Amino acid sequence: MNIPALETHDLTVTYHKRPVLYGVDVAIPEGNLVGIIGPNGAGKSTFIKSIMGVVPSSGGWVKIFGKPLKESLHRVGYVPQRESVDWDFPVTVMDVALMGTYGRLGLFRRPGKKERMIASESLDKLGMLPYANRQIGNLSGGQQQRVFLARALAQDSDLYLMDEPFAGVDAATEAAIIKLLQEMRENGKTVIVVHHDLQSAQEYFDMLLLLNMRLVAFGETKDIFTQELLHKTYGGRLTVLSEIAEKAAKQGKDVQP
Amino acid sequence: MDYDFTTLASFTINQKAFLATIILGVASGLLGAFVVVRRIALVGDALSHAVLPGVVLGFVMCHMLGIDKNPWVIFSCAVSIGLLGAGMVRAIESTTRLKSDAALGIVLASFFGVGLAMQSGLKDYIDNRAGISTYIYGNAAMISDADLAAMFWTTFVLVVVVWLLIRPLLVVSFDSGFAVGLGYPVKWLNFIFYTLLTFSVVVSMQAVGVILVSALLITPAATAYLLTDRLYRMMLYAVGFAVASGLLGCYVSLTIDSADVPTGPLIALTAAILFGLVYLMAPQHGVISKSLKVFRRKQRINRENTLKAIYKMLENEGFAHDGVGLRDLAEVRKRSIEEVKLDVQRLRKSKEASFDDAKSGIYLTPSGWRRAVEIVRNHRLWELYLTNQADYDADHVHDDAEKIEHVIGASTVRQLERDLDFPVLDPHGKPIPSVSQTMAQQSDGGSQKGATGY
Repeated sequence: MNIPALETHDLTVTYHKRPVLYGVDVAIPEGNLVGIIGPNGAGKSTFIKSIMGVVPSSGGWVKIFGKPLKESLHRVGYVPQRESVDWDFPVTVMDVALMGTYGRLGLFRRPGKKERMIASESLDKLGMLPYANRQIGNLSGGQQQRVFLARALAQDSDLYLMDEPFAGVDAATEAAIIKLLQEMRENGKTVIVVHHDLQSAQEYFDMLLLLNMRLVAFGETKDIFTQELLHKTYGGRLTVLSEIAEKAAKQGKDVQP
Repeated sequence: MDYDFTTLASFTINQKAFLATIILGVASGLLGAFVVVRRIALVGDALSHAVLPGVVLGFVMCHMLGIDKNPWVIFSCAVSIGLLGAGMVRAIESTTRLKSDAALGIVLASFFGVGLAMQSGLKDYIDNRAGISTYIYGNAAMISDADLAAMFWTTFVLVVVVWLLIRPLLVVSFDSGFAVGLGYPVKWLNFIFYTLLTFSVVVSMQAVGVILVSALLITPAATAYLLTDRLYRMMLYAVGFAVASGLLGCYVSLTIDSADVPTGPLIALTAAILFGLVYLMAPQHGVISKSLKVFRRKQRINRENTLKAIYKMLENEGFAHDGVGLRDLAEVRKRSIEEVKLDVQRLRKSKEASFDDAKSGIYLTPSGWRRAVEIVRNHRLWELYLTNQADYDADHVHDDAEKIEHVIGASTVRQLERDLDFPVLDPHGKPIPSVSQTMAQQSDGGSQKGATGY
C-alpha cells in the first residue's frame, strides 16, 4: 500500500567529473505537492533531470511507484524549464499540447480525434484554447508556461516533475498554475516542483525537499520550514536570503496552530 | 532487384540531369527543414565536406574489386565516413571543453583535406573516366543510369523513414528532454536523423558537389522559414525551393555553351537568388512589405497631424469659422505652403477635407472631422491618464501623447474613459471633445468653454 511515488537511493550525478549531486536518499509518498528548494547551483534541476534519465546519474538508483524508471515511465510527466526550448520553432500551441499524447501512441501511430480532444481539453483548462493555432513564439512567458503545463496534463501521468514552472511568469499565471497543481493533488497525483521563491514555497507546498548538492532535509512543510534548516541549506552565505527565510519562518509560526 | 529503370536508356543526358535534381531537391528540402529549425546548419556543412574521403575510398574499392564505378559502393563508403565525422564531432564535444563550432571546424577541414590528399595520392587506383572531380564541384551531366537509380532508392528510403518517424523526429528536435520523458529512444532517433542527413548529402553530391551541398540543404529551407511558421508546410516549401533551384541551376548550366561550368555553383546561386527574392517580397517577414507598412504608417500619422492642426485652429477661434486658411495652416504646422498644399491634397484624396480655391480655405468633411476629434480626444485622454493615474507632471506628458494618440485603439480609449470616469477637461484645461458631437454642436459647447478663458 505504502509504495512511495518516487524513491531515490544514493543518487549521485557528476558533470565532467565534478560532482553536482551527492548520494540523495529520499522517498516521496503519493498524493503530495512537493517543492524542491535550494540556492542557485544546488542541483535542483539536475536532481529532476537525473530522475528522468535526461542527465545520466553516476551512482545510486531511482524507483517510481516501486519500479525502475523504464517500467513506469508512462506514469511520469516531465515539464522542462521554459528556456530549454527554442520558442521560434515552427509549431503551434496545439502541436505542443498534442505532444503530451505521443507517449501513449508509441513511435509510429498518429494522433487521432481522441488525442486532439485530450489536447484541447488540457489547453482549455489553462485558458489557452483560444491560442491553439498560434505559433508558440507569439506568446508571453506566462502563456508559454501554460502551454507546457497543458502538454503535461495531456500526458495524464500519476507523478509529475516540473522544472521551475513559476519562473518568469505573471501573477495571474502563477495563481492559475498553483490552483491547477492543487487540483491535481486532490485527484491523487504526486507533483514535484523545483521552486526558487522561499516565501511562496511555504504557502504552496505540503512537503519540502531542501537541496544543496546533497539532501539537507525532507518532510512536511511545517517541520522543514525552520530557520535552522533553511540556514543550513543556504549556508548563510547570503545574509539577505537568510533574513527573508527568517521573516518567512516567523510568519509561518504565526500561522501554525 | 526488380525496379524498372530500363526505360532510362531512352532519356537524354539533359533529362537525366533534371530527374536527378528533382530527386536531390526532395532529399535536401526535407532534411534541410530539420537542419534549419534545429540550428545545426554548420553540421550540414561539416558533414558534406566530411564525406569526400568516403567518395575516394569508394572509387579505390571499385578499382580493387576490378569493377566499374559503382554508385552503391561509393554511397556506402561516403555514408560511413560521413557518420564517422559526425561521431568525431560529438566525441570532441563531450571529452573536451570545446563547443560544437570548433569541433565542426576541425572535422570539416581535416576530413576534406584527407579527401583531397587521397584523391591525388591514390591517382593510380582511381578510374579517372568516372570523373571524381564532379563529386567536388558537381556536374549533373555526368550522372549515369546507375547513379540515378542509387539516388532514387536512397531518397525513397529517406522519404519513407521521415514519413514514419515525423512526430518523434519533431519532438526530439523541439524538446529532447521531453522526448526522453516520453520514453522515445532519443539516441537512436538522433542516429537515424544524422544517417538520413548523410543520405541527403550523398544523394546530392554528384550533381551539386560536396563543397556546396550544404547550400542546397540550408538555403531552400531558410527561404521556406521566411514564409511559414508550421514545420510540415515548411518542409513542403523547402522541397519546392530546392527542386526549383536544382532545375533552374541545372538548366542554366546545360544551356551555357562552355561545357565546363559545373552545376553546383549555379544551383547554389539560384537557391540564393530565390532566398533574396523571398527575403524582399515575403508578405509577412519580407523587407519590402515591412518598409511599405512603415511608409503607410508615416503617411497616416502625417494626415492625422494635419487634421489635428486644423481642429486646434478651429478650436482656438471658438469654432466661429468652419474652415482654415492655407497660409495659417502652414504657419501652425511650421511648413512651407507647398508642403501644406501636398498635405491637403492627400486629405482630399482620403475624402477627409475639401479645399476652396477661391477663398483658399480648407474644410473638414464629416469623416475628417470625426478622425480629427478622435485624435485630439486620444491625445488629451492620454495626457490626463498620465497626470492622474501615473503621477506625471502636466508639462511632461505632451510629447508622449503625440505618439500615443496615433496608436491606441478603440478598446484602450474606452478603458481610459472608464478609468478616468468620463472626463471633460484635459490637464491643461482644454475640453476633451466627444466623437459623437458634430461641428455645429461643438461650436456651442466650444464657445461656452471659450468664455471661461484659457
